[in-house]
Amino acid sequence: MTIIEVEQGRLRSPFYPRQAEIDRLSLWHDWKGYASADGFYDTSLEYFAVRNSTGVFDISPMTKYRVTGPDSLEFVDRLVTRNMRKVKPGRVAYAVWCDDEGQVIDDGTIFHLEEEGVYRICSQERHFSWFKTAAIDMDVTIVDETKDICGLAVQGPTSFSVLNSMGLDGLENLRPFGLTTFDFQGAELMVSRTGFTGDLGYELWINPEKAVDLWDALFDAGKLFGIRAIGTSALHLSRIEAGFIQAYDDFLPAHATVRPGRSRSPLELGLEWLVDFKKPNFNGRRALEKEMHNGSTWRLVKLDIEGNKPAHHSYIYPRKGRGKECGFITSAAWSPVCKQNIALGTVRTPYGKVGDKLYVEIYYQREMHWSKVVAEATVVDQPFWNPPRRRATPPGAC
Amino acid sequence: MKTYDAIVVGAGHNGLTNAAYLAKSGLNVLCVEKNDYIGGATVSRNLYKDWLYSNCSYVCSLLRPEIYRDLELARHGLQVTPPYGGGCNFMQNGDYLGSYIDHEVQYREFARFSKADADAYERYAADIMRQCRFIRDFLLRTPPDPASFKLRDLRELAYLGKKFFEMGEQQMYDSIRFWTMSVAEYLDEYFETDVIKSKLSGSGIIGTALGIHSPGTSYVLLHHYMGDIDGNIGAWGFARGGTGAVASAISKAFLSYGGELRTEAGVEQITVKNGKVTGVALSSGEEIKANVVVSAMDVKNTFLRCMDKKVLDEDFYHRVKHFKIRGSSGKLNIALGGLPSFPALPKDSLLINGFMHFTDTMERMERAYDDWKEGTWSKDPYVDMMIPTLTDPTMAPPGKHFMSCFVQYCPAQIEGRDWTDEERQQFGQTVIDQIAKYSPDFKSLIEHVEIRTPAVIEDEIGITEGNIFHGELTMDQLMFNRPVPGYAQYRGPVGGLYMCGSSAHPGGGIMAAPGCNAAREILLDLKRPNITPITFGDD
Amino acid sequence: MTDKFDAIVIGAGHNGLVCASLLAKSGKKVLVLEANEQVGGAAVTRSFATGYSVSAVSHLLYQLQPQVEKDLELNVSLAAERLDTIALSEDGNHVRINGDDVSGVSDADKGEYQAFRKRMTRFADLLNTYFNRTAPRLAKDASKSDLLTLGKLGFDIRRLGRKEMQQFLRLIGMNICDEVNERFESGLLRGAISLDATLGTHLGPRSPTTILTYLYRLAGTHGTLSLPAGGMSAVSEALADSARNNGAVIKTGMKVARVIVESSRVAGVETESGESFTSQCVVSNADPKATIMKLVGARHLETGFVRRIQHIRMRGNAAKLHLALDDLPTMDGIERREFGNRFLIAPDERYVERAFNYVKYGDASAKPVFEITFPSFHDNTLVPAGKHVMSAVIQYVPYELRDGWSDDSRNAFKKLALETLSDYMPDVEQKVTTAELLTPADIEEQFHITGGHWHHGELTLDQFLFTRPVGGAHQYAMPVGGLYLCGAGTHPGGGVSGAAGRNAARAILKREKTV
Repeated sequence: MTIIEVEQGRLRSPFYPRQAEIDRLSLWHDWKGYASADGFYDTSLEYFAVRNSTGVFDISPMTKYRVTGPDSLEFVDRLVTRNMRKVKPGRVAYAVWCDDEGQVIDDGTIFHLEEEGVYRICSQERHFSWFKTAAIDMDVTIVDETKDICGLAVQGPTSFSVLNSMGLDGLENLRPFGLTTFDFQGAELMVSRTGFTGDLGYELWINPEKAVDLWDALFDAGKLFGIRAIGTSALHLSRIEAGFIQAYDDFLPAHATVRPGRSRSPLELGLEWLVDFKKPNFNGRRALEKEMHNGSTWRLVKLDIEGNKPAHHSYIYPRKGRGKECGFITSAAWSPVCKQNIALGTVRTPYGKVGDKLYVEIYYQREMHWSKVVAEATVVDQPFWNPPRRRATPPGAC
Repeated sequence: MKTYDAIVVGAGHNGLTNAAYLAKSGLNVLCVEKNDYIGGATVSRNLYKDWLYSNCSYVCSLLRPEIYRDLELARHGLQVTPPYGGGCNFMQNGDYLGSYIDHEVQYREFARFSKADADAYERYAADIMRQCRFIRDFLLRTPPDPASFKLRDLRELAYLGKKFFEMGEQQMYDSIRFWTMSVAEYLDEYFETDVIKSKLSGSGIIGTALGIHSPGTSYVLLHHYMGDIDGNIGAWGFARGGTGAVASAISKAFLSYGGELRTEAGVEQITVKNGKVTGVALSSGEEIKANVVVSAMDVKNTFLRCMDKKVLDEDFYHRVKHFKIRGSSGKLNIALGGLPSFPALPKDSLLINGFMHFTDTMERMERAYDDWKEGTWSKDPYVDMMIPTLTDPTMAPPGKHFMSCFVQYCPAQIEGRDWTDEERQQFGQTVIDQIAKYSPDFKSLIEHVEIRTPAVIEDEIGITEGNIFHGELTMDQLMFNRPVPGYAQYRGPVGGLYMCGSSAHPGGGIMAAPGCNAAREILLDLKRPNITPITFGDD
Repeated sequence: MTDKFDAIVIGAGHNGLVCASLLAKSGKKVLVLEANEQVGGAAVTRSFATGYSVSAVSHLLYQLQPQVEKDLELNVSLAAERLDTIALSEDGNHVRINGDDVSGVSDADKGEYQAFRKRMTRFADLLNTYFNRTAPRLAKDASKSDLLTLGKLGFDIRRLGRKEMQQFLRLIGMNICDEVNERFESGLLRGAISLDATLGTHLGPRSPTTILTYLYRLAGTHGTLSLPAGGMSAVSEALADSARNNGAVIKTGMKVARVIVESSRVAGVETESGESFTSQCVVSNADPKATIMKLVGARHLETGFVRRIQHIRMRGNAAKLHLALDDLPTMDGIERREFGNRFLIAPDERYVERAFNYVKYGDASAKPVFEITFPSFHDNTLVPAGKHVMSAVIQYVPYELRDGWSDDSRNAFKKLALETLSDYMPDVEQKVTTAELLTPADIEEQFHITGGHWHHGELTLDQFLFTRPVGGAHQYAMPVGGLYLCGAGTHPGGGVSGAAGRNAARAILKREKTV
């Protein structure tokens, strides 16, 4: 008997046949075992599709679990820090979940599907083993459906028009973080008004067998609206502008940390608004209450930095000139749409309050020569890019 | 007659490392070796035609990179190559469990058996890594004496405490558990699949007289994991030209510092006068004088065989006598006329390049130990098999192969008496039969087999019971308890006498840390500047 | 009906009773709920055949902490004390052990045994200090008393002197097998010590950490063996009387179905019959697994904590055999007057280790180890006139038999046990009128101990001190507000010692004061 070897190398997304056709760069990287494109044409072209027309990003490699059963609400509510009782069927919630020490294991979106009590947890990391333990004493079934559902993020100002012209009637009524379903060639197409770009946008979820058909229908409908497939580089830039944090860039999942003190609590990641101390019991509650009382060690900051040199991997100082650093940059970019030098960083408390001035030591290279500049940075409150169309319901036609 | 500053007894990798540092410091050093070749168990030998066998130790992962760099072993000809670091466990039902380097492929393979296990593996790897990082900090440090009030010991104890407290409260408790648990129970906390557990448990018993259910075997697992190749913790490698290349490179470093090396110079007695060593007496009758004698032999050989009982403290003698060095492993070195096939594996699978195991349940793992407890070799042994020539073709003629089989368990004696040659052959046959179950053409490819029981290894290399660690890695024989409480700082009970073999902290494996650490203590006593390296840290 | 109490203790095992009595003594209104009709948990005297009674699970008193006796002013009447231990040999050349003395062995062994005892009792005394106080937290923000305890522990170990300290640190993680092999020539002596080190555990003499289990046995009374008059219920009744005198209410036949949790705090308990009792403080004498997983419910706790609780190892290996006898059996080399002692079948450490091998794979030992008493020799209240009863602990018998326990497998093992006994007591089978076998599975069912494990959790270094029952929750308070554990699953562990119950009561009083 010969056992067929498990698939070697990177898996291909159900959308791969179409992606391969348009790919001009041959730049792929690994995303949870899948080949994910850095880009297809050019980062700038793709990025401006998101901000100017419509960019389509393949989110199929996201880890997805379906949670069902009488205790499903109780399960998700205990799992995450936010109050899931407030998330009605047909709504989506961005949430984080913590270990017992109140350190973030991961963040993700939880879809309360239209059928009441049926949830889909969508995240970067895999959590089957953790969820299984969390489900002890509860009547829930947790199924890994990562391979059973593929997805496309359709993002940008014309995204609604694209989907509308694809024939998704009634989408104009879908509010941010809402979800709805359509029939697509006999299969269920789920559409949620969610995304990782901070712009008007939707995510489409479908059975992999219909992946290529969906892609074709979408791109057909989008032809007149400037639709373009985008890769991770463009998405990355968009999400920094939106002030969204990314696992392994801005925080490390607690289960993956080896050195003490390298994980972060939601309070340290600026996600207090996701923690509901009024709800009965959730994982990490005691530790977070203690942290509220004693104060956090770290604070995630959004920084508006003077000049135009992106502050990649930079140290952050509380004072200009000498002195000990108080943190470091975790994501940085020159924002083409804001024309701002922006970054996310992590600093020790008490530094980093909104309005504080910090100093960032930036190294940059021109023609093989490295230079250093110490730039002033202001801690800002709001996302760098936050257009009204992101929230408008119905979205304005473009 | 010439008097040396120091004589190092035994040219194994630790003896040579120690000698190299002493010579580098400017001392006049002689290293004596009983065999006509150097390396001790760190050896490659040409025992059959054009085959080169790594006939004792067979991989090189623990070798401290600090020493590798410091003694310029690369310049002295050492090249350690990480082979395909995966491998497979063959299962009785015809299936196999593959181990892949690629994280995601490994996930898919584990998920074939259990999704929860595939997922848990990531948590397991992070938890093990945490322990590795903790212990690695202490490999190139002298263990503190908890019963001492000396400033240095208090400082080292405080350092140990600080490192421990830095882990955070919950991690401290988890660490205490990890250090005292059995590998089987530890794995139960992560995995549900028998074959996955048995694959991972192997490292918990290799080289020890413990079973997977014996408390303390989690640490043994760590001991095998904590090495690294180029900063990749847990990776392992082959020395090009066989394990002997390690000893050869260290000896070249030693010679380059002006050291003197004599083979076929077995030590009969370490001579002592007025509570101080005076040198060594060789079995030829020749006496060589030195102010410092460093023994790279295991403690039993050093103190019970080579020293006069009268000069030793009674308690010390008693403890050495009862120091646990147990023969628990055997070795088969096999010359193959070609590459054996393993029908269970897919064509062109990479897995054949890694370690192959034939034990697929925890029960089989533990039953193998039960046989040993009864004083016989395992009838269904745990075999750590691999074919080094797939990575290093220099070890056999083109197209031919060398196979190394490490066998757990194999006692030093059969039910309390010596092995007969017939039993040794039967032991070898047991191993060959096990492999042949999964490889139909294996037997027909065998050209030569060297069957090594602990007794054979002891006769040849001198290590008591052929124990690869020069002493069990149990809690009562680790850190400040190793080899004997109160003597964990490499100093013997007699002035000028030191221990630099694997019986001393941090123990065995081709690590070279005991040799290096002992050199540091000797130089300290001689009031010479410390030239031994400090740990690279934070890997 | 809802009654309100300051504290509710679930389970009237000896630790529950000690805890309840101490809480009541300090003025708390305490309710004790016991599932069985009798108080005592696993320390009870039960009838198993008409006219015959026996101590059902634990059958010898050797660990009751003098501190507990003092605090509760206990006065347990004893039928016999300072029993000898007789290690049986098939050839009649037995070894007799009492305290520091041993006979039937060489002079060298006698000397070694005294040296061994001296060291072991000294180490046990050191540990016992810490058995009688809460294990400290290891944390940067540990309390003053935690730091004090840690400091004192370090100081006490140092105070042993250089040599003994070194031995302490070496032996604490070691196995008993190597130690007895190093010291003793007599196989019977080695076997007897190996048995004492492994009784009630899932360990064999070769398993590292069995020195620790041996020291545990010696803690408090140095292993001095007594038989309470009327069996172990005498101890439990004395404890229950003490609790009642202090004002505690004890209700038997009330099985708690669940602990009521409201907003992450306990609010009371509900019994299987549907009665509920209100209290802001619930103390469980049940084992940690049963308490958390069954009574409280994992959903009220945190996932990492639940995982740790789930991983507590508690696979019982000790079965009990009770024989109703027409008369005492005969034993070669044992005179009738000696029958009041403790007899061991453990000819040497290898025999014990072999017996252990079986349970690793879910089988019962083919040649089991026995600890035997004839309590009726001292105490005729247990039997009809002129008759006798034998009580034996048998190891190793798995909690989970490979194919599950059935009447067939139970009978088969009973037969095997009697056959083994017959090797030492040839006429025993003829004298038996009734035989009762309690497997660990039976003990679980009848005494509500998960896994039927004496210690409510394996007593190994990884489940000891800071990590008993689990690290971070080792100071009796559980992560649910107002929930405490006071049973053998907590520090220091099992055996009829009362230490866990006493420590828990003190921890509760201290904590409730500060809250």
